[in-house]
Amino acid sequence: MSISLPTPNIAHLTEEDYEHVYEPAEDSFILLDALELDAQLIRGDKPTICVEIGSGSGIVSTFLSQLVGPSSSLVLSTDINRYACEVTLRTAKANQISLNPILCHLLDPLSSRLRNKVDILVFNPPYVPTGMTELLDTQHQKDIGGAWAGGQDGMIVTDIILDQLPDLLTPSGKMYLVTVVQNKPLEIIRKMEAKGLICKEIIKRRAGRELLSVLRISRELHQ
Amino acid sequence: MVRLITHNMLACHVKNCTKDNFPLSFSDVELVVRPAPENLEFIQRFLPKLDWSALVDTARSLGDESLPEQMPDQWTEEQLKALHHVLMELHVEEGNMTCRGCGHVYPISNGIPNMLLAEHEVGR
Repeated sequence: MSISLPTPNIAHLTEEDYEHVYEPAEDSFILLDALELDAQLIRGDKPTICVEIGSGSGIVSTFLSQLVGPSSSLVLSTDINRYACEVTLRTAKANQISLNPILCHLLDPLSSRLRNKVDILVFNPPYVPTGMTELLDTQHQKDIGGAWAGGQDGMIVTDIILDQLPDLLTPSGKMYLVTVVQNKPLEIIRKMEAKGLICKEIIKRRAGRELLSVLRISRELHQ
Repeated sequence: MVRLITHNMLACHVKNCTKDNFPLSFSDVELVVRPAPENLEFIQRFLPKLDWSALVDTARSLGDESLPEQMPDQWTEEQLKALHHVLMELHVEEGNMTCRGCGHVYPISNGIPNMLLAEHEVGR
């Protein structure tokens, strides 16, 4: 049974913000829907530390904080883009919760302390297949382009995190990852299973040209 | 708003910096106290995730002496309330966090810690 939660308020964000920060779109909403679908499962584990990589507008971190209970969990939100960190703070405020944005690349300053401590990890990565030059340029510019350019198979950035994942999750920990079909989700599932994790596509839909899905990656088996 | 609960999770990640890279030392801070909804069950659940001595040292460096040197085995409600205050209500809005190992300075501005490194400092 899924629980219905309100979509966070992002009416305070302006056209000017969206010049620098990714505007929530279908790939953001499918991630919200996946979290909502798993709401009971997530709440049942009483997550203590939740982390979102690449929080952008802050809509997903806000939704996650509301889902787990704003004073029941620490939600850390990283982004490589300073505008995104500022906007994430504003979105938290507009929704009367508190988030903790950190300006950094992926989990760089957190990964040593977060070893086996992450209960929920959420990542809507730059998943669009691009050339390597575009990937490197956008990651270097630390602006809106970093939200989508993903290099070979759109997997270069995602793979960095998937390689760390077995060291990050608690025994009941879970990661929710947005993918498009070009990322080869079946290959991701096989690769994660080879690392001893359980990986399942929990939601899938077509949005315009993109065939989107969300993978749940966990140590434990869930339905 | 770098709260001490967040600070307790941040380490220096400069290439080859592995000694004394945690906790980062605060300096030139603008400290703001903001009441946060109290959930002592959460605070208790968070205990195993904390590096206690790092937290105590950091709180003391900011002038808060309320935490005991050793993490208590049995917690009183009063102790948990003090811990809630230190973790959730002390916000560093501006200032610097310096690595005691390599000296790298991570600035905090408008409540956002800048943990980005220059290309040549990255360990990956």
